[in-house]
Amino acid sequence: MSLLSLNSFYVLAGAFMLATALCVLLDKGHTCRWTTALFWGLLGVGFAFGGSMPSTVVGYLVLSITILAASGRVRRSRERTTGREERLRSAERLGNRLFWPALLVPLTAVLGSLFLGRIHWHGFSLVAPASLSVTSVCIGAVLALGVGLRITRAPAHAAVGEGSRILQTVGWTLILPQALAALGGLFAHAGVGTVVAGLVERALPTQYSFVAVAAYCFGMILFTICLGNAFAAFAVITGGIGVPFIVQAHGGNPAIMAAIGMLSGYCGTLMTPMAANFNLVPVMLLELEDKNAVIKAQAPIGLALFVFNLLLMELCVYRF
Amino acid sequence: MIKLVGIVVMAAGFTLRLNLLLVVLLSGIVTGLVSGMSFNAIMEEFGRLFLANRYITLPVVLMLPVVGLLERYGLRERAETLIRRFAAATAGRVLLLYTGVRQFTIALGINIGGQASVVRPILAPLAEAAARAYHGVLSKPMVARIRAHAAAAENVGSFFGEDIFIAVGGILLMKGFFDGLKIEVSVWSMALWGMPTAVAAFALMAWRTHVLDRQIAREAASAAGPAKSDDA
Repeated sequence: MSLLSLNSFYVLAGAFMLATALCVLLDKGHTCRWTTALFWGLLGVGFAFGGSMPSTVVGYLVLSITILAASGRVRRSRERTTGREERLRSAERLGNRLFWPALLVPLTAVLGSLFLGRIHWHGFSLVAPASLSVTSVCIGAVLALGVGLRITRAPAHAAVGEGSRILQTVGWTLILPQALAALGGLFAHAGVGTVVAGLVERALPTQYSFVAVAAYCFGMILFTICLGNAFAAFAVITGGIGVPFIVQAHGGNPAIMAAIGMLSGYCGTLMTPMAANFNLVPVMLLELEDKNAVIKAQAPIGLALFVFNLLLMELCVYRF
Repeated sequence: MIKLVGIVVMAAGFTLRLNLLLVVLLSGIVTGLVSGMSFNAIMEEFGRLFLANRYITLPVVLMLPVVGLLERYGLRERAETLIRRFAAATAGRVLLLYTGVRQFTIALGINIGGQASVVRPILAPLAEAAARAYHGVLSKPMVARIRAHAAAAENVGSFFGEDIFIAVGGILLMKGFFDGLKIEVSVWSMALWGMPTAVAAFALMAWRTHVLDRQIAREAASAAGPAKSDDA
């Protein structure tokens, strides 16, 4: 049993999404008022109460949300925030105190990860150990909001309003990472990995040790680019290519193979729009016009680092 | 073989520029159907996995009210004032310093970053402000370029530092995978072999941020005419 479960934060996040739906409904000038409100409303219900609903219902809920998003009728409200003059004046008045709440979040995350797991009595723990780091960040965010409201002496609805504004800017890309992780699980369920192993065995001369290394590294980066997630690719490609060909056939070191192989996958993460939380969510957060701006900034690093990983693995995996 | 059709759906959907959320769902549905699952079973599995992965979205959502509030009261403007006091700070140096600190701290298991919690409210404004302090008004494309590099500094720093720490997702996932196959692998040796790539990633980031600084300087030098607006 734990007192502060992630579920309470899911309810909080869901409530914020429902509040966003309400903001949209009250905004008479919104171009797609009903569909946008419905999108945030359904997502809020799924977030807050999904845990106590049957999975099938949640599945259909996600399907409806997806259809709403794909219809192109989920948009953001007109911008309504303070002007630059006003912000400059308030920045001067509040000074460095403005940074306190923002810095409180990483501080709480660190302290929480270190200490919160140790608080327990009679079988009750304060925080479930499995979700310690995420819970700590959430606690930090809530504390920061409290401190922020105190410092600025703003009413709570101002925070919800400003937060909703950014939430609408992020839009449907918000849940893309979560949907991709679900897809990875579905692929594993369907047994996609075994199929890949059979294909590689038939198509490539894996009796050469360097072919095995190249097949593994390219498999990691390409699968990561397709799935948007190096972890999902790791299970499929290491099981399908790495273990049978590098470790079992050529006696390579599994630790070196896995460490460098995973990092080759990360090179793919730098270059794919499928890695939405890293490459698309910041485009929305930073209000960039070019959807691929972050990927363009990262691609040279990703490519150069992939070549480095390939050579490093070829040089080391059979020697140590 | 037919089970790979989901990957074809992903590639096709992406090429056709369909909504990515729709592409992901279609790919899952098609993969499930060719593997013999009923539509309801696919929806049940997808719903279950969607709920299990809510924690990915959670911190981003909970950070938004406080970030929005602080921005309303001038967080970005304050960052600009602050950075003007450091004469040696260029946009590139600010970003490189962040990448280094991010790699170092996450290698110790401390997660200080995040696109929503640090890049938007702190890092991007600091880098922009450093560039403005040096070169005055920036063009809109240049502001966008600096922001994109700020997002990149976060990604590169967190990806290529994380796998040096043994108690994080990446290493534990690998350990769990090998345990399942009954192959003995030490978490420490996997962490050790993450280091060369971490050093190489930092070196590459140093090169990229140096290029960014040169691009900003070149644009500032050629902008002899009246400066463009940048109230973005």
